[in-house]
Amino acid sequence: MAERSFKKEVQMLRYGAGDVFAGEGILAITKALLQSGVGYVGGYQGAPISHLMDVLADSQEILGELGVHYEASASEATATAMLAASVNYPIRGAVAFKSTVGTNVASDALANLASGGVTGGALLIVGEDYGEGSSIMQERSHAFCMKSQVWMLDPRPDLPSIVEAVEHGFQLSEASNTPVMLQVRIRCCHVTGAFTAKDNIRPPMTVKDALDAPKRDLDRIVLPPASYLHEQDKINKRMPAAIQYVKEHRLNERFGAGTGKVGIVCQGGMYNGVVRALQRLGLADDYGEGDVDIYCLNVTYPLIEDEFLAFCKGKDAVLMVEEGQPDYIAQAFGAMLHRAGARTRLLGKDLLPMAGEYTGQVMLDGLRRFFRDHAPDLLSAQDIAPNAAPVPTELAGLADVVPGRPPGFCTGCPERPIMAATKLVEQELGQHHISSDIGCHLFQIMPPFNLGATTMGYGLGPASASAFNDSAANRRSISFIGDGGFWHNGLTSSIGNAVFNQNDGVIIIVDNYYSAATGGQDVLSSRAFNRTKSTNHPIEKAVRGMGVNWVRQIDRTYDVARVRDTLKEALTTAETGPKVIIASSECMLNKQRREKPQRAKAMADGKRMVVPKFGIDDEICTGDHACIRLSGCPSLTLKYTGDPLRDDPIAHIDETCVGCGNCGEVADAAVLCPSFYQADRVVNPTGFDRWKDRLRSAWRSRLQSHRDASRLQYARG
Amino acid sequence: MNQLSDISKVPGAQADPILKIAVLAVGGQGGGVLSGWITALAERNGYHAQATSVPGVAQRTGATIYYIELKRIDPARPERRPVFALMPAQGDVDIVVASELVEVGRALLRDLVAPDRTVLIGSSHRDLTISEKQVPGDGRKPPEAIHAAAAALAQTFICFDMMALAKDHGSVVSSSLFGALAGSGALPFPLEAYRAVIEASGRGVKQSLAAFEAAYLRTTTPELEAAETAATAPAAPELTGPAALLRDFAALRRRVQDMPETVRPLALAGLHKVVDFQDVAYGSDYLDRLEQALTGDKSPFAFGAAAAKYIANAMAYDDIIRVADLKTRSSRDARLRRDFATNEAEVLAVTEYFHPRAEEVIGLMPRALGQWFDARPKAQKRLDRLVNRGRRLRTDRIGGFTLLWMLGGLRRWRRGLFRHAQEATHLDRWLALALDVRARDHALGVEVLKCRRLIKGYSDTHARGQSKFDRVLGALDLVTGRDDAADWIRRLREAALQDEEGEALDGAIKTVKSL
Repeated sequence: MAERSFKKEVQMLRYGAGDVFAGEGILAITKALLQSGVGYVGGYQGAPISHLMDVLADSQEILGELGVHYEASASEATATAMLAASVNYPIRGAVAFKSTVGTNVASDALANLASGGVTGGALLIVGEDYGEGSSIMQERSHAFCMKSQVWMLDPRPDLPSIVEAVEHGFQLSEASNTPVMLQVRIRCCHVTGAFTAKDNIRPPMTVKDALDAPKRDLDRIVLPPASYLHEQDKINKRMPAAIQYVKEHRLNERFGAGTGKVGIVCQGGMYNGVVRALQRLGLADDYGEGDVDIYCLNVTYPLIEDEFLAFCKGKDAVLMVEEGQPDYIAQAFGAMLHRAGARTRLLGKDLLPMAGEYTGQVMLDGLRRFFRDHAPDLLSAQDIAPNAAPVPTELAGLADVVPGRPPGFCTGCPERPIMAATKLVEQELGQHHISSDIGCHLFQIMPPFNLGATTMGYGLGPASASAFNDSAANRRSISFIGDGGFWHNGLTSSIGNAVFNQNDGVIIIVDNYYSAATGGQDVLSSRAFNRTKSTNHPIEKAVRGMGVNWVRQIDRTYDVARVRDTLKEALTTAETGPKVIIASSECMLNKQRREKPQRAKAMADGKRMVVPKFGIDDEICTGDHACIRLSGCPSLTLKYTGDPLRDDPIAHIDETCVGCGNCGEVADAAVLCPSFYQADRVVNPTGFDRWKDRLRSAWRSRLQSHRDASRLQYARG
Repeated sequence: MNQLSDISKVPGAQADPILKIAVLAVGGQGGGVLSGWITALAERNGYHAQATSVPGVAQRTGATIYYIELKRIDPARPERRPVFALMPAQGDVDIVVASELVEVGRALLRDLVAPDRTVLIGSSHRDLTISEKQVPGDGRKPPEAIHAAAAALAQTFICFDMMALAKDHGSVVSSSLFGALAGSGALPFPLEAYRAVIEASGRGVKQSLAAFEAAYLRTTTPELEAAETAATAPAAPELTGPAALLRDFAALRRRVQDMPETVRPLALAGLHKVVDFQDVAYGSDYLDRLEQALTGDKSPFAFGAAAAKYIANAMAYDDIIRVADLKTRSSRDARLRRDFATNEAEVLAVTEYFHPRAEEVIGLMPRALGQWFDARPKAQKRLDRLVNRGRRLRTDRIGGFTLLWMLGGLRRWRRGLFRHAQEATHLDRWLALALDVRARDHALGVEVLKCRRLIKGYSDTHARGQSKFDRVLGALDLVTGRDDAADWIRRLREAALQDEEGEALDGAIKTVKSL
């Protein structure tokens, strides 16, 4: 069950011609696929594509009605390989994943797919996770398109443009027998808007039709001598066909009067940012209309030489707005101008930064400089010589009191106690080399845990510790991997590798029943029943099947002492080969989402329910915050008591506590302090509950009043 | 995709400019709901609207931004959509809503707030970051600078505790933020339109509306602020118990009355604390020590004030008896019910997490026996094997409660127990040292007293605190005689409170050694 449900929104996918479809970018993409007669879809989750996968999962019924096959692929490589169905058959297929991490994984399949070429339209929807809030390394997907000869669409970030890009993407792919990559940036995926829908189209040929009438074509298989012919084909046939299609359908747009001495060329995805800067410079109105010429590249690969040269004709200077590096597009355009002997100056990364996101300010500064240098008559006096705004004195020193707020484990997260246990082991046995992986567990590198030295990729945590294998060393390496990464490729890349190479290290598999960091999608080992997927395949069986002999399954990660002792055993046992600890507990975010409504209903129905929460006795807490340094739980915070005798705030558990038990377990395992207690609220108690409670209360009151009679105490709040 | 614009309209000042709204939130805390409401509000009232966000791991409790742009639909061409941007630009935002005070600060640092136009709406509550919480001392960043900068840099700054207000009405912060937004008048929509959006949202409507209305009222009626602050004057603790003991206590209070005015409040609080810890006679011991500290002290009695505070803390040390006593009081039962039960019918089950070690058990032994064990590590280890184990006690049940109640009752014999002897020796040595130092350097004497702050926690944490205390006081010899000796000890103490392992302290001691 995914973190976000689109059950309601997906009903819009049934809209027919003329209906106005309003929603997020990802929903628009899904609708566009159906309008294009797609035959099969797949993909792998990861921001910003997670929601697209969730939408697809929630719309399986509609997909089924149309005869569209849907898969939640095992990895991006699997997803891309799936597009092989379009190689021999005229079936349109689309897969989605995040880039560039997903593109990296997919690149082998992508290269093979691109080499042989396709018959049916093949579309790769890549969510570009670049800029602020991104969780990955900053690279461009553009390079993959250039190296494999895959065409890249980069539509303007509004819903009608995205929908058209999907439709043209399939046609372009078929016209040029080449897979097409559709790049959507993270904010574009989540942008809200509207477009006029068309009717959904049943795929003219379904995967069933293809299975029943198989075909093969030796020319499309990547094996010499065909592979040499493929390269020739790409250059001599497919690229020219693509260029012709792009020109004929005018996929790249031109805006403005068309007569300016200067112009702007931008990637489609940058268009709104460019217009905003023009609006602020008084060169465009709110609807983007103005005199400045813009050549908007909704197709960023291949580039259309004559189209570009025509745009430059009569212009003194053109600014290329291209986000990210290297500046492949500017380099190509520069070469075109040079070849043509044109006198137009091409500017780009000299006015705009080579690296980093093109934010509003970056864009404004860059465009202002461009116009100031090359068309000052367009600018107001203020913009020609802007007064450098002084930094307000109020901001000086503000940075010191505005601490960063990096993401971390959620309240009640079952991974927190694993990290607490690891920290306790390190306190006892010393610091170890720890390899981290991708997933929520990567938050271990942040305070308060500060664990982990590297992260090399999804499912590669243990693989990245593989060099650290020397029996002469006194310490073993520890590596982490999540259940998501495990099934993605970790089983072979990490576990199999460790078995084969007789690695002595310790591997902790963090199993939270979902691909949690990407939004709670199911994986093979998910414990939930999934109507359309096969789940409940234990990780332990897979690990043992791979040849690991030392395996420990922990079914309640909150048992900090047990996790600690198991890890200690793994680090010290004489047994050789990889030591695998599978630490399993359900992702609290998903558990709460699942259980909260059920619990509320049961309570309302008068059923007996026990609701656990944790508390701290104010007077017993001494305010040293050792518990916080082993937790970092958002609900475990500080409280200022107002007691004049105290210097430091005490620890406090706020009402967002979900009663996971980590606090108490850590206090016990680390021998911290006795101020933690668990208060179980029994809602709708039975008669027996109440009878016991009366008896106990009476006994407590008796003892309490006995003591109160001989002492002074002041009434506490 | 192939329209070629041929309209060469002269752009200029527009009657209905694009309204730009940034919502700075803490992941998972209602930023998405609020931006959804604002979008719906606009779209239901004749505006084009566009919202964007960056979901993903950034939202797992981290700082995150939602961004919305609005523009009134042009009746002449209602189909034409404006070109909206996808992220807020510096100095180009009309309304900034921040769900927490540090996020207000972040909006300022990101230059999203322009003095000539930005309405800044922020909740004044703090959702402390891990970097603030993990400090062994007080790591909270002071809020004043953020308040001052926001007031100076925003065109309008609306700030109050919207979280508390939301909680008061059983709702979440997005409701009160929406109310403050309505109250700010920064958007051209009537109050009714806001209400309609909440009503259409379908979940927790009643609570959301209540919080919304309260925040609206609070925003449009600033006088309410004064009423809020006036209402929260702390009440003096009220002492209860047998009449004879109350009489004895009254005599002790009179001794406090004779003390200098600056010392009195702390002395009274200290007296309460130690009497609560042990008995009235112990309160008398406390005052004896305090009076000794006051002799020779001079106005403004900084030494006496520090002594009043830290002698009380030292005397009311944290032992098993105190913990057991506090956990079995009737006032605790009442507090648990107030904090956890939502109605009379509910039953509470309470589990305490204990992990006693040999040290704690030895502390409970009569002094001689304790000393015997203390001197024999092997015997201590054997005892530790016997007792050192996590123990969960159910204090709502008769057995668990009675056990703790009896442990709390050991209070009567506390003065003869090993732990008390240890604590008393340590206290007297520390106090004597402070008095001795004071004779030479008054300010330094005060700092010696204040180092008591370093001793806190239980078990290993306590040991670490003790070692920091020793290390700081160990540096006394290095600084004695210097004009700024007191200042150095203060710095060392503050360094000791910065991190758990005392790395900052090591650095600071190195600096002192190099003097």
